[in-house]
Formats: sequence, C-alpha cells, structure tokens
Amino acid sequence: MILKSTLRRIGAALIVMIGISMLIFAIARVMPGDPARIALGPNATAEQVAALRFERHLDASLPVQYFEFLKALSRGDLGRSLYTNRPVTTDIAQFLPATLELVVVSAIIMVLIGLPLGIMSAHFRGRVPDHLGRLIALIGVCTPAFVWGVILQLFFGYFWPIFPIEGRLLETTPVPQGPTGFYLIDSLATGNVSTFFDALHHLILPALALAMSGLGQTARLTRANMIDVYDKPYVEMERAYGFKPFRIATRYAFRPAFIPTLTILGLEFAAMLGNAFLVEKVFGWPGLSRYGVEVIIRKDLDAIVGTVLIIAAAFLIMNIVVDILVGFINPRIRLAAGKG
Amino acid sequence: MTEAVLAIRDLRLAFGSRRSQSAVLHGISLHVRAGEKVALVGESGSGKSVTARLAMGLLQESPKVHATGSIRFDGIEAIDGGPEIARRRGNRVAMIFQDPTSALNPTFRIRGQFRDVLRSGGRRISVADADARAEAALAEVSIPDLKRALDSYAFQLSGGMNQRVMIAMALANRPALLIADEPGTALDVTVQAQTLALMHDLTEKRGTAVLLISHNLGVVREFADRVYVIYRGRIVEHGTTAQLFRDPLHPYTRALLAAIPKISGGGLPDLPERSPDFESPMITHEGCGEPQGFSA
Ligand SMILES: Nc1ncnc2c1ncn2[C@@H]1O[C@H](COP(=O)(O)OP(=O)(O)O)[C@@H](O)[C@H]1O
Ligand SMILES: [Mg+2]
Repeated sequence: MILKSTLRRIGAALIVMIGISMLIFAIARVMPGDPARIALGPNATAEQVAALRFERHLDASLPVQYFEFLKALSRGDLGRSLYTNRPVTTDIAQFLPATLELVVVSAIIMVLIGLPLGIMSAHFRGRVPDHLGRLIALIGVCTPAFVWGVILQLFFGYFWPIFPIEGRLLETTPVPQGPTGFYLIDSLATGNVSTFFDALHHLILPALALAMSGLGQTARLTRANMIDVYDKPYVEMERAYGFKPFRIATRYAFRPAFIPTLTILGLEFAAMLGNAFLVEKVFGWPGLSRYGVEVIIRKDLDAIVGTVLIIAAAFLIMNIVVDILVGFINPRIRLAAGKG
Repeated sequence: MTEAVLAIRDLRLAFGSRRSQSAVLHGISLHVRAGEKVALVGESGSGKSVTARLAMGLLQESPKVHATGSIRFDGIEAIDGGPEIARRRGNRVAMIFQDPTSALNPTFRIRGQFRDVLRSGGRRISVADADARAEAALAEVSIPDLKRALDSYAFQLSGGMNQRVMIAMALANRPALLIADEPGTALDVTVQAQTLALMHDLTEKRGTAVLLISHNLGVVREFADRVYVIYRGRIVEHGTTAQLFRDPLHPYTRALLAAIPKISGGGLPDLPERSPDFESPMITHEGCGEPQGFSA
C-alpha cells in the first residue's frame, strides 16, 4: 500500500545515496592537489604535511579509506574538515538551515505565483493576459538567478531601498534560538514577532531571485498542460453543463494538468538547491552552498563528501515527497495503491 | 401546434481568420418543438456536431468562429453566444456525448461533478440537497448502488454505467431540450441500445425535446419523430420519419438508404461514389415546413 511503496522508494534512495557517496568520494580524491598541503599552507614543513596525511589515512588505498568513511558514517560522523578542523556535521548543521530556509521560501513563492500565472494564461489563452503571463514566465525562465539577485538589489535595495540586500538579520536583531535553524520558525516559536518580520524582510529578495526561473517554468508548464486538458471531452462536458469558466480553470482543468506539472516542480525545487550558491553569494547569505564552494576550492575532502551527500539527500527526499503527493492527487495511482 | 424550443434559421458558419475562411455550414434551418424527437443525420464531417455546439453557444467564444443567422432557444437569441445561453446550459439545455467515460473528469468523483451540474445557471443548492437529488436522478436511470456510484471515478465504472450517469446528469435539471451527439457510439452495440432506450423512455415521460445526432439510421428510425438529412453543411431533406423512410426523395438520402443493407451494424455508410445530384436543392416533405416568424 502507500506505506509499502514509500518504503520501497526510500530503499531505492538509499542505494542511490551509496552510489553517490562512492562517486564523490573517489572524485574528491583524484582531483589534483594534496589536500594536506593545501590545508596547512605553503609554509608547513614536509614532515607536518606527512603527519597530517598519516593522521587522516590519506596514504591508505581508496577502498580502505572508503571503508573507514562508512564506519564513521554509521556513527553519524561525516569526518572532520581539514580546514576548520571542526566535525563536518557541525559545519553543515551551522550552514544548512539558512540554505533550506531560503530554498523552501523560494519554492513557496514559485508555487504561489507560478501556478496562478499559468492558470491565468490558460484561462485567457490567446488574449492579452495570456501574452503578458507568457512574457513574464519567459523572462523568468531565461534570466539566471544571480542576475535576478542583482536586478532586485538595484531596484529594491538602491533606487527604492525598501529591502535589505545582505544577510539574514539586522545586526541589532538577536539571532533566534531554536531547534530548526529556520529563523522564521524559531522566531515565531519563541513569540518574537519583530525578529520574524526582520528575517522575512531579509528573505524576500533572495528568495524571489532564486524563485524566478522555477516560477516561470511552473507557469509555462501549467499553461501548456492546461491547454491540453482544455481540449479534452470532459472539459467540453463541463462547459456544456454550465460549470463556471473560473471554476473550470481553477478546479476541473487545473487538477488533471497539475499531476504532470508536480513532477517537474520537484525537479525545479532540486535545481534551486544548486542555484542557491550564486544567490547566496550575491546576498551575503550564510548558507551551505557558499560553504560547499569554499571547501571544493580548498579540496577539503570530508567536507566535500559531506556537503554533496547532504544536498543529494535533500534532493532524494524531495523526490519521494513529490512521488507521494502525485499518488495522492492522482486517483488512479491512489486507488491502485490502495488495492495492491 | 406547440411552439419550437429550438429554431435555427439560415445558420452559416465559417472557421478561420478574417482573411482565409473555410465555410462549414451554408444556411441551415431546423427546429425542434417541445417534447419532440428530431434527428439530424449525415456523414461524418457534414456539420452535425458544430450545429449542436453552436446551438448551445459553445463555439462562439473562439475568435476563429464566424457564425451568422439566427438560433432561437427558450425565448432568447443565441447566435452570438453570451451569458444568456450560458446560463441555460446544463439546466434548460443539456448534452450527451459519444463516449461517456471520457466525458467525465478522471480526477474528480461523480459526486462532485454532479453537484456542479445541479448548480448550473447559478442555482444555489446545499451539498446535502444536491447529493439527495443526485441519488434520485441516478435511481431513475436504474443504477443499483447509488452511494458507490457517486463516490466512484469514471474509470472505475463501466461504459454503460457512465452513460447512465451522463443521462442522469443531463436530465437532472429537467431541461427543455436534450442534444445527444452520437450518444454511446463508443460503447458496444447492446449497451448502446439499452441506454438509448432508457433515454427515450425518460425523455418521453417528461416531455423533454431531443435533438438526436446519429450515425445509425436504424436508431433514427426507432427514435425520432422527424428527420433532417444534412450533406456538406446543407439540409437536403426534411420530413417525418415515416415519410422519409417510406419515400426518400433526395438523391443523397436515397443513396444513404440504399447503402444500409450492405453494412452490418445499421450505421451510416460511407458512400463509395459522390454524385453531383447530391447537391440538388432541398426537399421538404408535406407538412414539415420551418415555422414562420418567432414570438419573443
Ligand atoms: N474547430 C474547428 N476548426 C476548423 N474546422 C472545424 C472545427 N470543428 C469542425 N470543423 C470542420 O467542420 C466540419 C464539420 O465538422 P463536424 O460538425 O464535427 O462534423 P460531424 O457531422 O461529423 O459532426 C468538418 O469538416 C470539420 O473539419
Ligand atoms: Mg460529430
């Protein structure tokens, strides 16, 4: 049933994770450059470098190293950053929530603006609101997220400075303490409304910049799928039986069209994780993407593997969530699952 | 004589942009009186479906559709579509389609769709009342397990069951006119015959007028009081069913009737040869003229 198929998906995701870990583990180690040398800097002696290599088992064979890595992983240990010398999990726990909060809010913006835009285009197909909607969607799709970041900063941070352009909070605002690391949630959980609004204020521009391309893609897909649906006999039936055009657009033509759209929405969400790093750079956002770039440049082995695995896990979890949602919305899948 | 519920006068239709248009209907006139069963018969592509859809105001929205003439229905003029005919769809006039299963939305249960049918024309009706009326309507078409049918999706029901659901939806609001466009052609022959008989009985009982579009001359003969034969966007012959089958006068009608026995299902044959005679003027049988003048 639903539980069983979900368990199967989780199993498949775990296998994918193992594959990804092997791949990234090997790639990180065959990249040119000696990580111990890079970590210690040009002034370190050869003995110091050799000592670090020995301490981190860098001279052992790849399979042995991978086995050590798995052993540590089973204890929830992703190793230690060569650079910060802190556990990778600590680093990730520090940077991941900022990225996730940004990406989740972007995804919400993508859905809340993209879907209505697509529905509007399909409802008014061939007429002025459609042309307008398609233009917005097209511009959204073909302008990279970091360009949106710069444009938004220019307009709403400089010409008409109503939004901050850097960081997650004002310096004067105390950092909310909470279990999630999402400032929006932690501030609300502690009843700190002014912190909540400050965090939201800081989030809007980067989240919008990150959302724009997915938003355009969502609108285009929704429109295309709905226009297919509008040609179906059941929409003609609905019109012939006096269903209101607005109700057809938002309900009866929307739901069949949303099923194929949803799968792509999941991919767009995942793409946001990747696109986030430039947006984080533009907005000085202290997130995981920026951390990931820094550790790659420094060839910080464990940190690279850890970061990639976390992002891959987020990607796979998103896929599972989308699959479950599709099954929930599509009665054919839901009913088939109920029987099996 | 009772008054016509639907009176189409000199209906012309062309598809296309302002520059290049292709004419599909060349001046069709037909009428259906209250409680009467009228058939529109012709080959595929002759313009039956577009006539039906124009009568319901379903095509006029498209900028590619150019329709002139007059469509009087239920005291209003519907040639340009618009809100008046839209308000009557689903309650004063309803439609039944070729394939009942694909005419129902696969992502909604019958129950929800039925509620919206009962709310057509801006009727306000509570959920409980709507469900009670839906059950009553389904009971009339002899559906055994009402609650289960309402809670099903179309793909869970058989074609024949879906056709019963469609008939129940069509008649739920007691329309003055039911348009059936090749109803159930997608179903197998016995189921098609059963559901047509059901449709016949229910409309007869309630005095609902029917415009039946059909491929099947056998069905037409059993079902209709009057018949219009359409050929390439023109009505070529019009008479009572008895007149037309006993004494077909137009060369096209004769060719159609002569060709029936050659094919098995009693459907409309594809005529192997076109004769220029098919283009000869329309023939109206005695006592079957179009009504003159309309009362508002
Ligand atoms: N939306 C449309 N655009 C252009 N031509 C159409 C359209 N709908 C129907 N036609 C043409 O109109 C003619 C009549 O079609 P139709 O009424 O569906 O025939 P039928 O008698 O088989 O129901 C056909 O030649 C068809 O190609
Ligand atoms: Mg047709």
